[in-house]
Amino acid sequence: MSAAPTAGHAAAQAGFEEAWARLLREGHGAAVHPGTLGRVVSRTIELLGRARDAEPFDPAPAEQAGALLVEAHFTDAAVLARAVELLLGHPAGEHAPKVAGAFASGWTVALRDRTLREQEAIRLAADLARKGAEKALYASEARFRAVFESAAIGIGIGDVNGNILAVNRALQEMFGARPQDMRDLRVPELVHPEDTPGVWEAYDDLVNGRREHFQFDKPYYRRAGGVIWTHLTVSLIRDEEGVPRYQVAMLEDITDRHRLQERLRFQATHDPLTGLPNRAEFFERLERIFDSPEPGARFGLCSVDLDGFKAINDSLGHETGDQLLAAVAERLASTVAPLGHLVARLGGDEFVVLLESCLGHQESVAVAKTVLDALSQPFLIGDQKLAVRASVGVLERPVAATTPGAAMRAADLTLYRAKKEGRGRWTLFDPKRNAVAVSRYAMSVRMPMALDRGEFFIDYQPLCSLRDGSLAAVEALVRWRHPELGVLGPDEFVATAEETGLIIPLGRWVLEQACDQAARWARRFGPGTPKMNVNLAVRQARNAALVSDVDRVLRGTGLDPSGLQLEITESAVLGPRDHALQAMHALVDMGVSLTVDDFGTGWSNLAYLRDLPVSGLKIAGSFISDVHDRPSPHDGGDGELLGWRIVSGLVSLAHTLGLTVTAEGVETAADAERLRAMGCDWAQGWYYGRPTRPEEITRRIAEGLGDPRVRRA
Amino acid sequence: MKRPRWIPEGTDQETPNVARVYDCYLGGSHNFAADREMARKAVELWPELPKIMRANRGFLRRAVQYLAERGFTRFLDIGSGIPTFGAVHEVARRIQPDARVVYVDIDPVAVAHSRLILEGDERAAVIEADMREPRALLADPAVADLLAAGEPVAVLLVAVLHFVRDEEDPVGIVRVLRDAMPPGSALVLSHASFEGRPDQAGPHQDLYARTPTPLTMRSREDVVRLFDGFELIEPGVVYLPEWRPERPESVGPHPERMTGLAGVGRLS
Repeated sequence: MSAAPTAGHAAAQAGFEEAWARLLREGHGAAVHPGTLGRVVSRTIELLGRARDAEPFDPAPAEQAGALLVEAHFTDAAVLARAVELLLGHPAGEHAPKVAGAFASGWTVALRDRTLREQEAIRLAADLARKGAEKALYASEARFRAVFESAAIGIGIGDVNGNILAVNRALQEMFGARPQDMRDLRVPELVHPEDTPGVWEAYDDLVNGRREHFQFDKPYYRRAGGVIWTHLTVSLIRDEEGVPRYQVAMLEDITDRHRLQERLRFQATHDPLTGLPNRAEFFERLERIFDSPEPGARFGLCSVDLDGFKAINDSLGHETGDQLLAAVAERLASTVAPLGHLVARLGGDEFVVLLESCLGHQESVAVAKTVLDALSQPFLIGDQKLAVRASVGVLERPVAATTPGAAMRAADLTLYRAKKEGRGRWTLFDPKRNAVAVSRYAMSVRMPMALDRGEFFIDYQPLCSLRDGSLAAVEALVRWRHPELGVLGPDEFVATAEETGLIIPLGRWVLEQACDQAARWARRFGPGTPKMNVNLAVRQARNAALVSDVDRVLRGTGLDPSGLQLEITESAVLGPRDHALQAMHALVDMGVSLTVDDFGTGWSNLAYLRDLPVSGLKIAGSFISDVHDRPSPHDGGDGELLGWRIVSGLVSLAHTLGLTVTAEGVETAADAERLRAMGCDWAQGWYYGRPTRPEEITRRIAEGLGDPRVRRA
Repeated sequence: MKRPRWIPEGTDQETPNVARVYDCYLGGSHNFAADREMARKAVELWPELPKIMRANRGFLRRAVQYLAERGFTRFLDIGSGIPTFGAVHEVARRIQPDARVVYVDIDPVAVAHSRLILEGDERAAVIEADMREPRALLADPAVADLLAAGEPVAVLLVAVLHFVRDEEDPVGIVRVLRDAMPPGSALVLSHASFEGRPDQAGPHQDLYARTPTPLTMRSREDVVRLFDGFELIEPGVVYLPEWRPERPESVGPHPERMTGLAGVGRLS
């Protein structure tokens, strides 16, 4: 067939061109601009026409057309298939198969080139991106490395088996160790005896994935010796699957802070004079025993009180007294503390030994003996040898049987018994006696019988004139010679008697005995006879029969009413409408005088001093003893001065109301002198004589008001 | 604080990547086996996908042409992906030879590839940024310079907002961008929608749910709302082929099958 164009040929060519253009348009849709697409269509048609018409056959233009399509993004194999179909079907194409083959070849080669090029490009891009990411990661790692290395805080990384993998410079310095020293260590080896309880449990939980982090203050031994205290934070690092992998520990050096805290804590829990644990620390330790005791756990208490310390303090001065206390403390600490017991100073000359665990009372008694032995050698204070003795109350109990407060009271009670039984000795707590002593029921049951059996007796304590020391009055103090408890003072049973109502017969009996004694002294000594002070309990004061009882007793004994002085407490009369007030007036009308006892310890309503027909008041002994006990050795005179000012104020107040003032609890010559100087009228206390048998009072009166300061038991 | 991405998305060749899968649909070879596998599965489910992608590409081209013909010389293409063919700078510069383009993509491979292609082109820049943090995106010096007051800017969000989940607040993202655009600027936006082919939407979303970039198809109403504050240019929000076709026949008999919605809005 010739290549000359014919009409049929032209028509066939037009048909091909239209089909070709449609194929390419559909291949891309509207993605390519129609103009661009048109140019591709016409260019490929031209190249294909050239291939078809060339003689001899030249595949190049057809190949070029195929490549051109790939270049124009016709990369879909379906387009190729359809294109080859169209080329083969070209009616005028003698070379049609060859053209189609060359076209397909050109398309394929171009697509292959393009594919390889694009793959290369995308791999290069991926590579660049990854390198960028790695660079960023490296930079990030470098930053973290820098943070790790130069952090002021110690950082260590370990695995969950406790192997230490990396430590930073700060941590090495804190431990005073080289990196290899640290790597040879395992975390669980870093135990310290002062570790907070629970720290290793927390560690165990962490490495086993049961907790994510924990914080503690923890001490570590330094390689070079010594201890570093740290604030430790440990965090768990898990992998992507959540499996625990690493632990990161951050340690802040808090050694200085810890030392300061320790010092502050020591100051808060120790007595500055003796360096012994103080009252707060003692009670904390005592209460801790009761927190969660083992079944059958026992403990012991030795309540220690120096005998006659006040006299040393008063005669030799506070400084010597303080030195003595410090020496006593040191001796107690050096003999008892090594046994593992706590020695504390509760205040003044009171010490206590706590046996936090105890096998039996023998052990507590042994401690008490150790205490007494330790104090038996005299103390050398300055150039003076001072002999001190002490009394010890020993308590030994199962923890479950008592409470901290009850134990302390029982120990004090036992000490009191030791004192009473003659000082310089120990007394063992007797649960039976204690129970009886504290059981008002037990006493109340026994009391009516006791009165019948004559178990009560009366001691008399002198009240002396501060002006000339003469015996101005005696106070009748009832005692109970209890068959089991020994001699009990009024403090120990009057409250019970009040509660049970036995105070009425008992009070009546005391009044009878005292008035009878006073009447006998009056008959023997005449006008120089001291007045008789008798206590009136609240219930007695309110008893309707009081006035007639007093009248009957006075008549019966023959005592002149002016010789009797009734001591009432502030709570005896509640107000102006109280019917007890009428009884008081009736007594005064009778010629009996009234004195307010223990003034300053009750509600101290000054108004009632005006309403009551009293002629005197007694300043409670606690005012005088407080004057000495309140001030610390360092603020010296100021606290004491204030105490005296209060006493002085009370004295002048009483005098304003025209009352005679008696100071109770006077134990030293200095106190007596001071009270005398401020105008106090009478004084009562150990300095002027303890409660004693009537024969002794008789002797004193008979001696014609001899030296009242002779102190005899 | 956002966790630092130590291993950026997209450098992992084992995981299909949106930009490369898109390239795959368009017949390109800028992709890896995992991308091709993903594309193959998608096309199996929905044979018209390559055509839809071409229709989307056609819309992008027409919109850029339209704006360039109206004097736009600044283009910000967010979610530019791999510039297979018909990249914005090519299309725009046929009309505005000095047109400036900033390409933005989250995929470091697409960014690296774009940089290779645009090396030495001083009027084009490529930055890696996450459009879900539009303020950080706007703070990039190249973007800030492009948006500097003076000339209007064409901001392209073509086939990208459907990768932003509702809780990531696509409307809010567009609002932040809008507030940074100079007066007279334009928003070019296309978005996958289930309106045309509700039957296909579910399985297709499921497929993408397995990739790091899940797909959220939205209604026409949702797409129109993205143009809040813009004045929609005729014909408004329409199916991809319907937006200002050059030849009526290129719309095809079923434009709704090209199930993407597209529109261009202008700021007054």
